Amino acid sequence: MTGEQVDSALVRRWLSATADAVVAEREQLTQLDAAIGDGDHGVNMSRGMTAVREALAGSSPGAPGADLVLAGRTLISKVGGASGPLYGVALRGAGRCLGEGACTGPAELAAALRDGLDAIRRLGGAAPGDKTMVDAWLPAVVALDAAVTAGRPLAEAASAAAAAAEDGMRATVPLRARKGRASYLGERSEGHQDPGATSTALLFRALAGVVGEPAG
Amino acid sequence: MKKLINEADNVVADALAGLTAAHPGLRVFPDRGFVMRADAPVAGKVGLVSGGGSGHEPLHVGFVGAGMLDAACPGEVFTSPVPDQILAATAAVHAGAGVVHIVKNYTGDVLNFEMAADLASDERIRVESVLVDDDVAVQDSLYTAGRRGTGATVVVEKVAGAAAAAGAALDEVVAIGRRANARSRSYGIALTACTTPSAGAPTFSLGPDEVEFGIGIHGEPGRARGALAPAADLVGHALDAVLADLDPGGDPVLVLVNGMGATPLIELYVAMGAAASQLAGRGVNMVRSLVGNYVTSLDMSGFSLTVTVLDDELARLWDAPVATAALTWGEAGRWP
Repeated sequence: MTGEQVDSALVRRWLSATADAVVAEREQLTQLDAAIGDGDHGVNMSRGMTAVREALAGSSPGAPGADLVLAGRTLISKVGGASGPLYGVALRGAGRCLGEGACTGPAELAAALRDGLDAIRRLGGAAPGDKTMVDAWLPAVVALDAAVTAGRPLAEAASAAAAAAEDGMRATVPLRARKGRASYLGERSEGHQDPGATSTALLFRALAGVVGEPAG
Repeated sequence: MKKLINEADNVVADALAGLTAAHPGLRVFPDRGFVMRADAPVAGKVGLVSGGGSGHEPLHVGFVGAGMLDAACPGEVFTSPVPDQILAATAAVHAGAGVVHIVKNYTGDVLNFEMAADLASDERIRVESVLVDDDVAVQDSLYTAGRRGTGATVVVEKVAGAAAAAGAALDEVVAIGRRANARSRSYGIALTACTTPSAGAPTFSLGPDEVEFGIGIHGEPGRARGALAPAADLVGHALDAVLADLDPGGDPVLVLVNGMGATPLIELYVAMGAAASQLAGRGVNMVRSLVGNYVTSLDMSGFSLTVTVLDDELARLWDAPVATAALTWGEAGRWP
């Protein structure tokens, strides 16, 4: 079951693919944020994930948990805004949950990403339906958990998580924001897709991409 | 986009280089991300640190100096600073009496300052925070991130800075800052949006005869759009909003007419004239005032109006000497 292993190389490919995705979608994230926030989400996420890629390149592969902790710390140190600390504590929390082992499996990864979500909710205080990244992260974690528990292959589980994140992202469109800068707009935040939920969907789509491809 | 910049990605660093060149009384640590008064830490004094996204100049770097902030942490444009730089500034100004963080109420600022305060407590530095949330355009309810911090930040930083300079203890400085915030309300109106250097295009668009009511300071749209009207009407709208939430109850007030960055001073004085006569008409006694660009939103055109209800102590602290890049007055106080 080598395809079911979650190791340092996989986590590094995932974070690198996430960096590619947010850099490619920088304009879209910025446009979404300009509509209901302050228009810096694309720039901040690109800067942050690029810094994550550099930090990982400067460290040797070892434990997937350590990679996620390093990625989280880098986001906290480099990004600023709300997205830096929120994604930072999420990845750091997920990494701490995975611990020091060189290799882990789908169930552990699902539990780690749930810990990441818990860290976001503790720090940001957002509930489902507040029009935040939680609205993509929560369904993704639920879908990943369900598929892994049902014994589905990791590639299939990650695809289900990515699809659930994207559904959650699209479902933020009609919502009225109750957290973050978009909440200042009241009903005028309705009709816009949440930029944080959008970047979360990119994160889970990147995971599905790397577990679905043969290891290089 | 037409801006006086070199490269969009280097605007903050280039501006800090200019700040260093212009103000020998400031020390700028570009690698560590903060600006400090050159004589900090000041022995025995409570340290004051603020910070926030860049693009609001002179806030906060222009308020570093004797009688106001000890250090400021500028983030990227409209992006809060990160915990590392806030911690570095906090440690640098700490003189044994603790450090006060003055934080505008935005999710990013609050999160990053909280994380920095946690890290500072690991280094045994006592940190207390004063949150500034004066903007009445935002409903303060469970269903929003709470009111934003805008114009009153200048007042809070000034009076807390004066209290610290006079030797007040950490808890007293915090109490003064919180009281100034609790007695202040602001409301802003934009005539144009602003353009961040990295985005290159305005964050929203307004027609030639439109204004945006209840704007914040990050180019975010406000709560409603309306027709351009004479300054007296726009000031009246802002005063209605502020005084609906703040009753001076016969106490004297400080009024700040603040430019958003691209409004000529002559227009700000037009607005102040309207504010003064309308306040008098409502029986409100304006005893202190400030007119100018203090909490800006890059090249946004428009203004915000802040009213602070004074008591004797707040008035005395406001009048106390200050020497910073953007606010300077002497022993005699500035008024009249």
